[in-house]
Amino acid sequence: MRSPEDRGLRESAIFDKAAIAAIQRAADTGVYHIRGWGAKRDVPHFDDLVFLGSAISRYPLEGYREACGTDVTMGAENASKPMTIDIPITIAGMSFGALSAQAKEALGRGASAMGTSTTTGDGGMTDEERGHSSKLVYQLLPSRYGMNPDHLRKADAIEVVVSQGAKPGGAGMLLGQKISERVAAMRTLPQGIDQRSACRHPDWTGPDDLTLKIQELREITDWEKPIHVKVAASRPYYDTKLAVAAGADVVVVDGMQGGTAATQEVFIEDVGIPTLAAVGQAVKALKEMNVHRKVKLIISGGIRTGADVAKAIALGADAVAVGTAALIALGDNDPALAEEYEKIGSAAGYYDDFQLGNDPAGITTQDPELSSRLDPIEGGKRVANYLQVLAMEAQTLARACGKSHVTHLEPEDLVALTIESAAMTGLPLAGTDWVPGRNGGF
Amino acid sequence: MESLTETVVEIDLSEKSLRELNSELHNPTASNYRVLNPRGGHSVAAGVKDPINVEIEGDVGYFCAGMHQHGNITINGMAGPGVAENMMSGVVHIKGHASQSAAATAHGGLLIVEGNASTRCGISLKGGDIVIKGNMGSKAAFMAQAGRIVVCGDAGEDLGDSIFEARLYVRGEVASLGADCIEKEMRPEHREELVQLLKDAGMEEEANDDAYVDSFTRYGSARTLYNF
Repeated sequence: MRSPEDRGLRESAIFDKAAIAAIQRAADTGVYHIRGWGAKRDVPHFDDLVFLGSAISRYPLEGYREACGTDVTMGAENASKPMTIDIPITIAGMSFGALSAQAKEALGRGASAMGTSTTTGDGGMTDEERGHSSKLVYQLLPSRYGMNPDHLRKADAIEVVVSQGAKPGGAGMLLGQKISERVAAMRTLPQGIDQRSACRHPDWTGPDDLTLKIQELREITDWEKPIHVKVAASRPYYDTKLAVAAGADVVVVDGMQGGTAATQEVFIEDVGIPTLAAVGQAVKALKEMNVHRKVKLIISGGIRTGADVAKAIALGADAVAVGTAALIALGDNDPALAEEYEKIGSAAGYYDDFQLGNDPAGITTQDPELSSRLDPIEGGKRVANYLQVLAMEAQTLARACGKSHVTHLEPEDLVALTIESAAMTGLPLAGTDWVPGRNGGF
Repeated sequence: MESLTETVVEIDLSEKSLRELNSELHNPTASNYRVLNPRGGHSVAAGVKDPINVEIEGDVGYFCAGMHQHGNITINGMAGPGVAENMMSGVVHIKGHASQSAAATAHGGLLIVEGNASTRCGISLKGGDIVIKGNMGSKAAFMAQAGRIVVCGDAGEDLGDSIFEARLYVRGEVASLGADCIEKEMRPEHREELVQLLKDAGMEEEANDDAYVDSFTRYGSARTLYNF
């Protein structure tokens, strides 16, 4: 049968198949679309940048052997027990509840094997997660589900979550299918209800209060832990400045491609700015405050490869966080599960219904049968392998630019392939010295 | 704790730093402390985790007794925002008024306010108890999940908006109820619960006065917002 295109039929660019399906779905149900994953629309990203590498004007390091450091230390200025991660890649916060206990354990095992940290999420800290994570960041979220000062003291760092890239100004949703007996107990909620997380903190508002909140967290934990502040990339220049002024050791900026377990699609696709656009704004804020590479910057949202890692660092980040990519490494959207994805109305490579709890890969579910499919030891190995590849790729690129530590990468090592990415990053368009908005033209 | 001295140890915040105070309270050498000259300071006695008694002589700023566990803390003065936030256990007793977000997200323990409590009291409450002898401001018990709040005076606007399973007892007027919060029948078990909370807050006489107890109204969730 000839395809519609072969028959000369023309799909509307505005009313494409996804738009038509969304209208039909809305008309059928009267309820907004909730899903997982991050923004799927095409926005400027790290793919729009390339490294220049070395030639006569720059001198490379030998690609495989010469030392190229990857470690990053958080909290050296304020914390009596700073946290050093061996690679500049950490696992982003994802809750037990959103993920199965097996998935959380696997992430902890994988991160620990590579000497890096993983992060809790809305819903508290599980024993499995603490036990299998050599370095664990404990999140203080607006909902405070499962918030426990004993866990705060057990953490290696504390992350005050203000907002997430998938839903700036909004909050997550954990639908009833995933509120199992254990999840419900940890969150002090009735089993099976749809749980909406709070979108703002209950006991502080604004930057001055945040200063006092950070002080309280430091006091409760006797000034031992680094304090992170995580913000969605919406106004990263101002938010970074305010987080630093409030006393953060680490600012985490999560771009619009950052994933979620569940929220409204309209949030995921239509709120926040791309990760690429956020990095430079945050770095500018840090530089203006003379704290660049002292207060650490972690970038997240759409990090997939070592090239993404190296480019984020070259733009001025100190490390990146991976969430969606770590789940894919665990087995999410595995083509081997294609038939099962079809059965639940999705397809391998497209599955984003993390809210439904019927994940055939056993990752975004609380179903005992499904979650038992994920072997945390094997999953941990896959995560470790993936993190290792990211670190090695970033090192390779750093060496090619003559850098003996990945954080020595700098904007001068990059150029932009598109006018949009050049404008967003302040990098010159490849082959020119033109930065849109500066220099007066080609 | 048996080895701790019973002598009351005084720590004067006009002479010692907040860090010195909290460091001592986190690793106590005594069972009883008096904190002098808090002067509206923040995070006073935050993170106490042992069954000690701490008497604070004056007003405190933000997050006094934050994430409190096991001990008894008395504030002989006013308390700023977020007093006893995320309290897990123990007792925090405010002799004056409390600012906004008192006992926000408290998982356990008892907060007693002799005066009034401002807005957002008991927001996202997760199991703690609050007894307010005066009035309570607006937006109280927003998304409160569990625990009990007793208000002997009036309650402000939007009481219990989007409330889950927390139970609210108000003796006076309620300016307005928030989404999904409704008046509920006061069954014997609720009356018994209210009497015990009044006793816990030192209101023995009122707790034994049937007319006083019967003048309370119970509020809670209509449970119509539990599923989207």
